[in-house]
Amino acid sequence: MTEEMIIAGFGGQGVLSMGKILAYSGVMAEQEVSWFPSYGPEMRGGTANVTVIVSDKRISSPVVNEYDTAIILNQQSMDKFEKMVKPGGTLLYDPNGISRHPERSDINIYKIDGTIIAADLGNVKTFNMVVLGAYLKAKPIVSMDSIEKGLEKSLPERHHKLIPLNLQAVEAGYEKLEVVNEV
Amino acid sequence: MGELRLMKGNEVIAEAAIRCGCDGYFGYPITPQSEVMETLMEREPWNETGMVVLQAESEIASINMLYGAAGSGKKVMTSSSSPGISLMAEGISYIAGSELPCVIVNVQRGGPGLGTIQPSQADYFQSVKGGGHGDYKMIVLAPASVQEMNDFVDLGFELAFKYRNPALILTDGAIGQMMEKVELSDYKPRMTDEEIDEKYGSWSTNGKKPNRERNIITSLEMQSDKMEAKNKRFQQKYAKMEVEEVRYEAIECDDADYIFVAFGSSARICQKSVELARAKGIKVGLLRPITLYPFPKKVIGEMAKHVKGFLSVEMSAGQMVEDVQLAVGCSCSDAKVEYFGRMGGIIPSPSEVVEALEQKLIGG
Amino acid sequence: MDVKDIIKPENLVYEKTKVLTKTTMHYCPGCSHGVAHRLIAEVIDNLDIQDKAIAVAPVGCSVFAYNYIDIDWQEAAHGRAPAVATGIARTNPDKVVMCYQGDGDLASIGTAEIMHACNRGEDIVVIFINNGIYGMTGGQMAPTTLVGQVTSTTPCGRDTALNGYPLKITELIAQLPGTSYVTRQAVHTPAAIRKTRKAITKAYENAMAKKGTAFVEIVSTCNMGWKMPPVEANAWMEENMFPFYPLGDMKNSEKGAVEECYKQN
Repeated sequence: MTEEMIIAGFGGQGVLSMGKILAYSGVMAEQEVSWFPSYGPEMRGGTANVTVIVSDKRISSPVVNEYDTAIILNQQSMDKFEKMVKPGGTLLYDPNGISRHPERSDINIYKIDGTIIAADLGNVKTFNMVVLGAYLKAKPIVSMDSIEKGLEKSLPERHHKLIPLNLQAVEAGYEKLEVVNEV
Repeated sequence: MGELRLMKGNEVIAEAAIRCGCDGYFGYPITPQSEVMETLMEREPWNETGMVVLQAESEIASINMLYGAAGSGKKVMTSSSSPGISLMAEGISYIAGSELPCVIVNVQRGGPGLGTIQPSQADYFQSVKGGGHGDYKMIVLAPASVQEMNDFVDLGFELAFKYRNPALILTDGAIGQMMEKVELSDYKPRMTDEEIDEKYGSWSTNGKKPNRERNIITSLEMQSDKMEAKNKRFQQKYAKMEVEEVRYEAIECDDADYIFVAFGSSARICQKSVELARAKGIKVGLLRPITLYPFPKKVIGEMAKHVKGFLSVEMSAGQMVEDVQLAVGCSCSDAKVEYFGRMGGIIPSPSEVVEALEQKLIGG
Repeated sequence: MDVKDIIKPENLVYEKTKVLTKTTMHYCPGCSHGVAHRLIAEVIDNLDIQDKAIAVAPVGCSVFAYNYIDIDWQEAAHGRAPAVATGIARTNPDKVVMCYQGDGDLASIGTAEIMHACNRGEDIVVIFINNGIYGMTGGQMAPTTLVGQVTSTTPCGRDTALNGYPLKITELIAQLPGTSYVTRQAVHTPAAIRKTRKAITKAYENAMAKKGTAFVEIVSTCNMGWKMPPVEANAWMEENMFPFYPLGDMKNSEKGAVEECYKQN
C-alpha cells in the first residue's frame, strides 16, 4: 500500500500539523512516511501545502507528479490540485469559501463541513482534526489507535491535555463525511 | 536499534550533533535552515552534554568561532544556507589552510544573490571546487534522506578528524524541511580535555603544557618554498581522500542502458523516475554520488564502457554534469552525457526527468 | 668586579621574561609592539598562566606575534580575532584567551566582531594597538588616523569630507554592558609602561574571574608609517594623539553593571 497525498489550504488552518499527525500515525503503524511541506512566506497567511506519503515500501521521491488523495481547503488549492488527482483517486474538500466546486467525474469526491463542525465543537482550532477524521472515513490508511499515538508523539507534552478534544474532533469528522461522487 | 522519530532534516542535524559528542555549534539564522539552531537552543545541550551553542552576529563570525574552537581540538560545527556559506568562504579557506577539522552544513537555497528560499543545488561548484581562495578541498557529503542527515554528521566528523580537514554536508531546503522517519544514533560522550591533549596535543591550541612546545595554528607562510611544500602536502592528502573516501549508491544500474546521475533531493526524484521509466520498458539506473568530493569518477568511467548515456539531473544550471563529462571522457567511452535540471527553487518532477531522458538521450 | 661577577644571578637587575621566546622581533626600531609583547609575556609569567593562556594574532604588523610569546597561538583572518577568541573561550572555559589587534584590524574590517564580542561579554582580554595607521601594508589611512594626518592614502592629510572622522572605538566599547574593564594606555615612558603592565594584569585577572571583556587600548607610535625617528614619533604622539585619545581608565566594573556612562542626566 502506498498513499501519496497532498493537503492544501491557507496558512493557519493546521495543514502542516494535520500532515504531521498523519505521518506520525504512519510511523506508529510501522509504515514508511515522508512529509514534504511548502515553506517560506506562504506559511504566514498565504497558501500552505504538504505532501504526505505513507507506504509499506521505501519511499523514493517525496515529490510526486500526481496524488492518490488531495485534501483541499481553499479555492486556490482547488484550482491547482484538482487536476493533479490520479484517475480513480480521491478528493476531499471543505465547501466553506469554495466558489468553484470540483468538477471531475473520474475521481471520488467527498465533502466535510469542517469549519462548521469545529465551531460546533466549541474550538475552531480543531478544524484540521475534523478534516483528518473525514479523510480516515474515506481512506482508512491508519487506525484510530495509531492516530492517538501519533497525536501523543507530535504534540508537545504541555498540549497533551488537548488530545481528548482532538480525538473527539476526529470522530466528528469521521461521522459527518458526505459523499459527492464515487467511482 | 536506536530511537525512532519523525523529524525534519534540519532538526536531525541538531540532534545528531548533540548525540555524536559535538563540543560546540556556532551559527546565524537564515532560511531554510534556522531550525538547526532553534532545535539546539530548545534542547539546551549545555545542560546535558556540555555542548556549547552560540548565536553569532554573522556567518563571518560563526565560521571564525568555529575556526577558533576547532583549533583547540574541539569537535565543532556550523550550519547555514547558500548566501551565508558565501560569507563563510574566507573562514573555510583559513580552516583548510590551517588543517583543522570541523563540520559545515549548507542547506542550499536558490541563487545567485539573495535568490530564493526554495531548495537548490547550485552551490555544487562552490562546494567541490573550493569556494574560497587558494588550492583546497573540502570533503563533501550529500545526504538524500533525513536518515542520512543523522548519519552524515557523525561520518563528517570522523572524516574531518581523520584528515584534519573541513567536511561539508551539502543538502538543500527540501531535505532540511522534510520530515521522515529517522533512527537516531546512540549518545557518544564528548572528549575530555585530557583525551584531546593525548590525541591532538601535537597541534591543538588548548594551553601550552610544560611537556610540549607551544602550538601555533596559522595558514601563513612567508617563504614561498615552504608554502609550496605545504600545498604539495595538502594535495597528497586530497589524493588519499580520492583513493579511500569515495562513496556512492548504485540503484538498478546492472542491466541499465542509461544512467541518471543525481545527488541529494534530485536523487530521490530520480529514484521515482527510474520506476516510471522501467514501467515504460526503458532500462535506466541511478548513480547517486554520496561524496561529491571525492567524486565517484572511477565508477562512472567503468559504467561508461557499458551504457549508452548519462543524464546528470541537478537543481542547478548544470554543474555536476561537468564532472560526469570528465569521468566519461577519461574512460575513452563514447557514451553521451546530457544534463537536465530546474533552477530558482523549482524541484523537477519525476516525469519531467523521464521526458528529458527520452528527448535528450533516447530520441536524440 | 669583572664581567663574570656582574652576570652572576644574584647581581641581575633585569632579564628577558621567561614567557618571551628567543626569536628576534621583526618590528621596526621604535615600534610599540615590542614593548606591548614583553608586557603581556611578563603578566602571563607573573600570573603563572602559561599553560592556560591562549592568544589570537591579527592581520597587520603583529601577525607574527605568535613568534614571540611562548604560549599557544592561533592566527586569525583580518578583523576576526574576537570571533576566533570567542570560539576558543566558549569551548575552553578554564583557559584565558587574549586577542591582540591593531587599529585597522579591530576598528575597521573587524568592527562587527569586536563590538559583538564585547557586547556578549566574552571573558577574554583584548589588547588594542592604536597607532593611527596601517603599518604592514605601507602607511595607509586607518579608521583612527587623525584629521589632517598625512598617510599614503591621505597624501594631503585626512579630509573629513572625503574620509569621515577618526573613530574613538574604545569610547564606544566602554558603553557596552559586556565589558568589565576598558582603559587607554601608552608605552612611551617607563611610567606609562608600568601603568600599562598594571592594566594588562587587571585585564587578565578580570577575564579569569569571568567578569566580562577586558579591553586595553595602547596608543602607539609607528615611526616608519609616520616617517619620523622614534624620539620624534613619541613627541608627536604626545602632542597630537593624546589630546584626541586621552589616557586613563574609562570603565572599571563587571559585565551587566550599569555605569556612569550610560546613566541619563
